[in-house]
Amino acid sequence: MARVLVGVKRVIDYAVKIRVKPDKKGVVTDGVKHSMNPFDEIAVEEAVRMKEKKIASEIIAVSCGPAQSQEVIRTALAMGVDKGIHVEIPAAEYETLQPIHVSKILAKIAEKEKIDLIIVGKQAIDDDSNQTAQMTAAVLDWPQATFASHIEKGDKELTVKREVDGGMETIKCKIPAVISADLRLNEPRYATLPNIMKAKKKPIAKMTPKDLGVDISPRIEIVSVEDPPVRQPGVILPDVDALVGKLKEGGHI
Amino acid sequence: MSQRGKVVELYKMLLHLGKDYPHGYDYFRKRLHSAFMKNRGETDPEKIEKMISHGQYIIKELEALYMLKKYRTLKRRYYNEDEL
Repeated sequence: MARVLVGVKRVIDYAVKIRVKPDKKGVVTDGVKHSMNPFDEIAVEEAVRMKEKKIASEIIAVSCGPAQSQEVIRTALAMGVDKGIHVEIPAAEYETLQPIHVSKILAKIAEKEKIDLIIVGKQAIDDDSNQTAQMTAAVLDWPQATFASHIEKGDKELTVKREVDGGMETIKCKIPAVISADLRLNEPRYATLPNIMKAKKKPIAKMTPKDLGVDISPRIEIVSVEDPPVRQPGVILPDVDALVGKLKEGGHI
Repeated sequence: MSQRGKVVELYKMLLHLGKDYPHGYDYFRKRLHSAFMKNRGETDPEKIEKMISHGQYIIKELEALYMLKKYRTLKRRYYNEDEL
């Protein structure tokens, strides 16, 4: 039976319209609804299903970030995860936290907790980095099965169907391994009210990157954050001549 | 659990789900409240049981609605329109 580690990230809810801060150094997060990254929900669901099939013995959910990150750990616990680890990172440092830092943290925890399988979402919907799984595999020197849309666990190996450009690829890899979940891996369950209540009794351990010996000094500096270009509004013209005139003006004919 | 307890629990579960409702929590809460108030005078245990199971059905529908909405949004955002 495998011990499974899932990574969960707190992101701005997928349904919220994102607004850029006036100083162009980030996006507005105050008073905005946050929730678990949808791809991480898929990762959690897969781990919980493994436990239900008696493939997994224990599931641990990790989240890195400020105090509010505990909310998503709670959600994961309500979905069926056994215990949580909150790696506390102050909001100021969290802004420049990169997948390289997160992957080192995940790797350390995996070693500490004797993890056999790490499952994370393929990317977060806020920064769209799509690097954490790959980097974690590299740090640990474990095989990686990214963009998984079907997972089957054998005795000492995994058979994973991956979504690649224009089709599917089936790979086998040894355990321990790192998996990243794609959209079609499963349909995550909804955290029901009674389960949320029960999850309040489950333990969440707190630690800092320092406890794990991971340096989270920034590797990047955010220079500017901009909105995507807005579509130019159309105009209604009275007749064909006006249209031809406009097109000539624009250099299209 | 008493039938009254079941109804209260159902109401709470629906309220919880309403927080994610696309039209907003207030819209959902008002409608939910009036739906429950409409049948407040019902005393036949069999009919109440039927209403409770209808409520359970609504819960399942709402969960499916949210899941599908999220799935479709992500698919539109990250995958080509023309595939599937």
